[in-house]
Amino acid sequence: MSSVNLDQSLNSTATVHAADHHDEGEHRLFGFIVFLLSESVIFLSFFVGYIVYKTSATDWLPAGVEGLEVREPFINTIVLVSSSFVIYIAERYLHKENLWGFRAFWLLTMAMGSFFLYGQAVEWMGLDFSFTDGLFGGTFYLLTGFHGLHVLTGVLLQGVMLGRSFIPGNYDDGEVGVAATSLFWHFVDVIWIILFILIYVWQ
Amino acid sequence: MTEISIEALSPNREQPVPGEPENWPRFFSFSTDHKVIGIQYIVVAFVFFLIGGFLAMIIRGELITPEADLVDRTVYNALFTMHGTIMLFMWTFPVLNGLANYLVPLQIGARDMAFPRLNAVAFWMVPVFGVILMASFLVPGGPSQSGWWAYPPVSLQNPTGNLINGQFLWILAVALSGISSIMGAVNIVTTIIRMRAPGMTFFKMPVFCWAVMAAQTIQLFGLPALTAGAVMLLFDLSVGTSFFDPATGGDPVLYQHFFWFYSHPAVYVIILPVFGVFSELFPVYARKPLFGYKFVAVSSFVITGLSAIVWVHHMFASGTPGWMRMLFMASTMLISVPTGVKIFAWVATIWGGKIKLGTPMLFALGGLVNFLFAGITGIMLAAVPFDIHVNNTYFVVGHFHYVIYGAAVMGIYAAIYHWFPKMTGRMYYEGLGKLHFVLTFVGVNLNFLPMHPAGLMGMPRRVASYDPEFAYWNVLASLGGFLLGVSTLPFLLNMISSWILGEKAPANPWRAIGLEWLVSSPPPHENFAVIPTVVSEPYGYGKNEPLIASPMASTELTSELS
Repeated sequence: MSSVNLDQSLNSTATVHAADHHDEGEHRLFGFIVFLLSESVIFLSFFVGYIVYKTSATDWLPAGVEGLEVREPFINTIVLVSSSFVIYIAERYLHKENLWGFRAFWLLTMAMGSFFLYGQAVEWMGLDFSFTDGLFGGTFYLLTGFHGLHVLTGVLLQGVMLGRSFIPGNYDDGEVGVAATSLFWHFVDVIWIILFILIYVWQ
Repeated sequence: MTEISIEALSPNREQPVPGEPENWPRFFSFSTDHKVIGIQYIVVAFVFFLIGGFLAMIIRGELITPEADLVDRTVYNALFTMHGTIMLFMWTFPVLNGLANYLVPLQIGARDMAFPRLNAVAFWMVPVFGVILMASFLVPGGPSQSGWWAYPPVSLQNPTGNLINGQFLWILAVALSGISSIMGAVNIVTTIIRMRAPGMTFFKMPVFCWAVMAAQTIQLFGLPALTAGAVMLLFDLSVGTSFFDPATGGDPVLYQHFFWFYSHPAVYVIILPVFGVFSELFPVYARKPLFGYKFVAVSSFVITGLSAIVWVHHMFASGTPGWMRMLFMASTMLISVPTGVKIFAWVATIWGGKIKLGTPMLFALGGLVNFLFAGITGIMLAAVPFDIHVNNTYFVVGHFHYVIYGAAVMGIYAAIYHWFPKMTGRMYYEGLGKLHFVLTFVGVNLNFLPMHPAGLMGMPRRVASYDPEFAYWNVLASLGGFLLGVSTLPFLLNMISSWILGEKAPANPWRAIGLEWLVSSPPPHENFAVIPTVVSEPYGYGKNEPLIASPMASTELTSELS
């Protein structure tokens, strides 16, 4: 009787260990989603701060500042939002095990993200107010800067994932890192849409 | 084969466990074993508890006379600021993270946390930001003097004009503490949700895990608000932005909202795991199942939910409009419903039980009594008219010290004694434990009870000198404070000597029911050779039902073979 139990337990040990490895990737993705939810609360706090300041400040715009130019940021917005579809296509290619298709669209996403960062840098250069110019200057640079930092992080993560795709056999069973990076990219996109509406549309 | 199993099933078999307590250098290494990290957290946090307690004793030494005679007033400000900051960010959070780290994987039947390396990184940030905070004693101008709230504009004054000043280091330390806490929270929540043993549904999970999950959920969704506020405060202080500085159009009250949106729920981050400890201990030492297990489990999450809508009760005197005061008074009083559920459940658990008054049970009962008192003064403070009357007086100080020391620290002590045999494989000395309990319980009440009458008479908090009419209560409180300082001595003696010389502990010295008691003391590497299958609710005391399926396949059996 005891030997029967012994065999059973040894079998279950083997299956549990196999299950452990299979679950690991899913744990990571789950943990990453939990992290993103938490991260979104920081943005939410900044947004709430922005709304409170905008509705209650007596001198909102710094002296001599009329408001923000919308045209270039709008082009930037279109590029960033469309890159979310591009990264999705890249993921589909990886799913179909077409590595070069994945790399091409993944690289295109990186290019679009970099274009967004470049556009933002150009916008910052041309503005006639600074971080310390009242609540408007402070919140503007805080929100766009904090978001830009996330875009930069996203592009860097994409670079890492692109590099890892050249390790032979690495992405055979799909890759949690790719799924997580793509999720992060969608997150950065959604945040930007809210940010664009708050800062540029609602002037 | 049959021979092996017979041998394995004989009780109290000496099992050589590789690298257990004698192998002490692993506690100074970048270990990814959740049990090592748990003990690292607890020990480091306790060191900071002693430092914070030492600062508190200087504060009580200053307050034993009405004049400001022991330390300079600016030093006094720095002392209470550092005392509060250390006790919250470097003692209670890390020590409870340590308990959660140690116990959660064992209680849910997992081999380790979901992300062992992230876990180690989160821990090693604790000494780093601890040192950064301590370093503020060495910079010109000394540590922050703005209290642990760091309210602007006080926190923006920067009298030395240096970029690296006490307040700067304070914000840096708190921000790093936040990052470490978020890492820990992601890890713990993922572990509990995804790595429970087969058969362990949420309603078969121990209440400690429920409470830890509820507490870490608060970290995930409350802490980012403080991070946002801290980032803005840092820019105000070092770059010269105008978010919170009223002189340049900023809004200092917004900072208070950011701060308390997290820092009130932070109290539940501290007390919820302690509730979990109470819920684990009372059934063991009263030999009865936990009364209303499901209600106790769910009430933790009710507290988590309510905690998001109570923060303004810290700001009743901050120009808060009347309607807001009313709303937050009501929501704050609602908190007493889920906590009341818990207290009734614990009393009903103890009621009519075969009570064994060991040290853990004494600390748990003492903590429960103190928590009840703190809850009553908490309801008093929730009432707006009363709160305005005692705002910023010693009544508030007395109230939250009953929560943090009276309930939380005593609950933490209870947990440390209860799981000490499991963690170290040694028994502690019961006599020293009881002495420690008596000193702590008397010390807490002698220190913090007199603060209530002093506060009602109008003694303000955060002052180095005061009107001589308050002297009587302050002398009593100071004596209690010194007694609390003394109370740590038998504890330290007990822990250190028991760890080295104590009697060897069996796997289950308390005859407790729970997965952590099915493995050896201390548990082997990766805890369970075979992941158990859970078949019944926890706390089956007095019921004749097995906790896990097929007890023949015990862990000892296969750890021998694998």
